[in-house]
Amino acid sequence: MLKAFESGADGIYIAGCLEGECHFLKGNLRARKRMLYLRKLLAEVGIEPERADMYNLSSAQGQRFAAIATEMTEKVRALGPSPIKKGQSAFKA
Amino acid sequence: MIVGNRKSMEEILEMVKPYKKVLLLGCRECITVCAAGGEREVGVLASELKLSRAKDGQEIEIKEFTLERQCDFEYIDQIKPFVDEYEVIVSMACGAGIQYTAERFPKKPVFPAINTTFLGVTLEQGLWAERCQGCGECILHLTGGVCPVARCAKSLFNGPCGGSSGGKCEVSKETDCAWQMIIDKLKGLGQLEKYEEIIGVKDWSTSRDGGPRKRVREDLRLQ
Repeated sequence: MLKAFESGADGIYIAGCLEGECHFLKGNLRARKRMLYLRKLLAEVGIEPERADMYNLSSAQGQRFAAIATEMTEKVRALGPSPIKKGQSAFKA
Repeated sequence: MIVGNRKSMEEILEMVKPYKKVLLLGCRECITVCAAGGEREVGVLASELKLSRAKDGQEIEIKEFTLERQCDFEYIDQIKPFVDEYEVIVSMACGAGIQYTAERFPKKPVFPAINTTFLGVTLEQGLWAERCQGCGECILHLTGGVCPVARCAKSLFNGPCGGSSGGKCEVSKETDCAWQMIIDKLKGLGQLEKYEEIIGVKDWSTSRDGGPRKRVREDLRLQ
């Protein structure tokens, strides 16, 4: 996930199964913990932690999937481009 | 194993501020087991350093390399072919490994990314606890396998003290009273009479208090 930010991603979200419905039992719970850890790391380097998030839904919930995609896109759009892009362009200048 | 924590990002960024080419060295032993300085943590730290520098419009070149161990020079020397391409080594090993790397490459600054803390065990995945202080004279046979040097806040040899309450140490509600554990263990083993034998005053010269220590096996030495 950090590599995605390095490559210029403005935001990342994980879509995991509904809690209690994970095929691997606790995979989605562990993924949420890792997402929280990632947010802590992002804050450490001055990137807004809100750029990374996790949503839970079932693979049958097509409408919810679309709604989540829209919600996350709007959230990241409001935050603007990743701060590393501003830094990179300043460096090039 | 030896347990440590990674230093804060703030502290590490300050250390590497003047440098553009960094060799980030991990270790596959203890510091991997406690998830502080292994290959994964090297990858995470490298990413964080690159992101932080990119944010400030500055570049940084980082080589990530994880050695088998940093306490044996044969492994440290594996970086000889490329070490001179880098201005500084940031080591994610324990204090012993960081120092040995610095000794093998005296002309290269070697910085610690880890605060080494204790000798301990894995209680469960993600949780490690102190068990040994390396005092040099083990008395675990007298205390039912529970170490009063490492696990008693006062390192008492004939405890408990008046601060022991409900099996907990007065230092913290989360800290078990070592002497309660010793008594319970000896009782369980049917060896409570050992508790009544006074353990004599400790000779701390075998511990770090006697100065930095060495161990020799002459039969194993090559010269």
